[in-house]
Amino acid sequence: MSGLHAQTAPFVRDTMLPPEPPPAMQSGVVKWLRENLFSGWLNTILTVLGFVIIALLVQKFLPWFLHSVWDAGSISECRAIIEERWGPGAEGACWAVIRERWPQFLYGFYPAELYWRPVLAFGLLLIAIGPILFTQSQRAATSFITLVAALTFVSILALGQHNVLALVFVAALVAVQVFAPRRLMIFTLLYPAVGFWLLWGGSVWIPVVAVLGFVLGWLAFRLIQPAGGSILGAIAAVLVPVFWWLFAARLAAGALQGVVPLGIEAVRSDRFGGFVLALTIGVTGIGFSLPMGIVLALGRRSDMLLVKTLCVGFIEFIRGVPLITLLFTASLLLNYFLPPGTNFDIILRVIIMVTLFSAAYIAEVIRGGLAALPRGQYEAADALGLDYWKAQRLIIMPQALKISIPGIVSSFIGLFKDTTLVIFVGLLDPLKGITDAVRASIEWKGAYWEPYLFVGAIFWIICFSMSRYSMYLERLLKREHR
Amino acid sequence: MTVVTDAPKDAFRPSMLIYDTRYRSMTIQIVVLLLFMAGAAWLVDNIVKNLQTLGKDFSFAFLWYRAGYDINQTLIPYTNDSTHGRAMFVGLVNTILVSVMGCVSATIIGVFVGILRLSRNWLVGRIMTVYVETFRNVPLLLWILVALAVFTEITPAPNQFRVTEQMIAEGTEPEATMSFFDSIAITNRGTYVPAPEVSRSLGSFTILDVPISLNVLAFLVAVAIAVFGYRAIKAHASRVQEATGVRPVTWWKSLLMLLVPPVGLLVAMGFHLSYPELAGFNFKGGINVSNALMSLWLALTLYTAAFIAEIVRAGIMAISKGQTEAAFALGLRPGRTMNLIILPQALRVIIPPLISQYLNLMKNSSLAIAVSYMDLRGTLGGITLNQTGRELECILLMMLIYLALSLLISSAMNVYNNAVKLKER
Repeated sequence: MSGLHAQTAPFVRDTMLPPEPPPAMQSGVVKWLRENLFSGWLNTILTVLGFVIIALLVQKFLPWFLHSVWDAGSISECRAIIEERWGPGAEGACWAVIRERWPQFLYGFYPAELYWRPVLAFGLLLIAIGPILFTQSQRAATSFITLVAALTFVSILALGQHNVLALVFVAALVAVQVFAPRRLMIFTLLYPAVGFWLLWGGSVWIPVVAVLGFVLGWLAFRLIQPAGGSILGAIAAVLVPVFWWLFAARLAAGALQGVVPLGIEAVRSDRFGGFVLALTIGVTGIGFSLPMGIVLALGRRSDMLLVKTLCVGFIEFIRGVPLITLLFTASLLLNYFLPPGTNFDIILRVIIMVTLFSAAYIAEVIRGGLAALPRGQYEAADALGLDYWKAQRLIIMPQALKISIPGIVSSFIGLFKDTTLVIFVGLLDPLKGITDAVRASIEWKGAYWEPYLFVGAIFWIICFSMSRYSMYLERLLKREHR
Repeated sequence: MTVVTDAPKDAFRPSMLIYDTRYRSMTIQIVVLLLFMAGAAWLVDNIVKNLQTLGKDFSFAFLWYRAGYDINQTLIPYTNDSTHGRAMFVGLVNTILVSVMGCVSATIIGVFVGILRLSRNWLVGRIMTVYVETFRNVPLLLWILVALAVFTEITPAPNQFRVTEQMIAEGTEPEATMSFFDSIAITNRGTYVPAPEVSRSLGSFTILDVPISLNVLAFLVAVAIAVFGYRAIKAHASRVQEATGVRPVTWWKSLLMLLVPPVGLLVAMGFHLSYPELAGFNFKGGINVSNALMSLWLALTLYTAAFIAEIVRAGIMAISKGQTEAAFALGLRPGRTMNLIILPQALRVIIPPLISQYLNLMKNSSLAIAVSYMDLRGTLGGITLNQTGRELECILLMMLIYLALSLLISSAMNVYNNAVKLKER
């Protein structure tokens, strides 16, 4: 048998041949080009069109960028330098306007010797929300906070306003994050008061007394709940702080300031402008509109007819009118709606309106998330015997919020972009207010594109990172289809 | 013996108002109602008191007073002798004009960009991504200001279009030329576009001082007849297909039906375009579209188109690939697959967010304030408010009008949404 086999199969290959390289058309750059750019006549046309568009854009804008001037005292000086360097008729970017006026774009008319305060407030904000942004990963939170702290250090030192106390405080926060991460949440809760105090300045006792209201509310709840039950406790927890803020807080702050005068230089609201203003309005609006949106969404899905009607009316009204009309209401009509003689800060009014506006949109997004939850989740919560708030807190909201993350973040982005509209009620937003103010000076009259590019780029970076963060969060929280 | 235990029939105790779920919602609603009424009463009381202190009353009589200001772009007749009410109406028409123009162009661009972003062509996909991300992540106000700067700073002045005898003799070109076969002149004083005109006009009639052209009405009727006839032909073809299994060839019949009535009417009326021409220091003839409207329109279009592109992309991606494959397996051609399988399903996903984009565009058109385009906010909420000093009335009326517009758009689009949405059992 074997002999026969040996005759019919004289040669059997027992080693592999080295693999041949694939044909040139089927590999590497050529293949990629064929598949991605020239896979058919339509695609070829599109590719050529795309290249033509890019070439036109580059031809139009590249010289302008290449002819940039960074060092000049005025726009005419800029133009003279460009003409001298690149020949008559040459056009170029005059970044000198940014180089000279960048503090205005960032800080508005905030006193120059106090620039460290907004910087510190912004750094502390990032440190405060660090643990929330990276709840899933301790290490990510720590490195984020350390990075922010380092940047804050560098910025404050670069400003030349050595405030040792501020630097020590930032360092202490980093230490807290490293050694007792959970304690940092206390600072997160306190941040609104800290941020307010740093930005507006004044007596330290005002934010302290305001925070004291929350402490009093908590104390009232703890005292009354054992005797009167949780509902009376909750009512007391709401009423006590409200009474404190309305009637006692001002007196207490005044008295404390009289006994221990402690404070930093106060900055009036009309000094605010630029990105300090945009971020103040944006961040406060974002912070308050989310809880308010949740409450509105729950109200809209409530069984109680009256609550539901009120919420629907509010949401649909706000969503039906442009933000500008609401801002005009804040600036022009508030003295009709409030008791005669009351007058409060325009920034605060704008923040309230922006918050209400954004809350209505967020409520709709969250309602979508609530509607997307299967009914079984609600029934399971009922079957476990959870009451309404426990069911919402433990079962419904975590899932509904997870579904609504993209929508919520795009509402936040919209809110932040909408902060530019405050120019129309006389606040100096970075986009039009400050740009116009800069152009109003003789030196920089006619500088159109550079300020727009600069401000637009900052907005783009902030909004783009927010949308990327929401995508990161979505991936992180994805439980199904692993 | 079985003991039947009923629910305890206790006497009603006040604490049950809070602790018994049967009564609790009632209690909460009554408390909410009381709070709401107290709040409303407080507001009304404040308003009454404040109006008294300011010596003002609450009345809309100012709407019938002479306005006394000019509006440079009006679709309906208006002079500065007209009333504030009419100025408001002009503003409303201007708001609607820019919103409709914006919605149409943003939808066209958005759909194209959305589809191209899904293209397998790497370069085109990247370009579209850059476009979408650039426009979505920067405030609309910036795009409006940039567009305005482009139209007022970069575009040539009308006299740069001039061709003199000397230039012809020397053979030099003028500094600027008109685009689109010499029909559109983009200048820093506005864009001049050809005006449609008819030589045998049907005349016009007026309702409430608003002239309505019979030509336009007749044209609309002709279009309606064309669409109606087109649908009748389609329906007939479907009936024949149901009965015999063969779909008759209808493309030339539908094309004729769509084109003949409107085109025939236009020819009968002697329709022609009147082109803008340089005369003296400025262009004459044609329609002058103000730079304010152009820049607002351009910015709203490009900004909203970026959002619509994302919606379209999401809508198409939501349809699983299996649907296309199943359609191919049934032997449908790519065009029919798109029309019969993909689009009807994608539209269901696309339309609800598209509605809210249209609403956003309408509301964003109030940013006309940045370019001084006289929309509703510019007339009623701007000059009228400043002249009459009636902030309360003006702003309330403006909010109500915007609210009504929003509700109108959303209900109209919801009708359409109900027509295309999934019909469940």
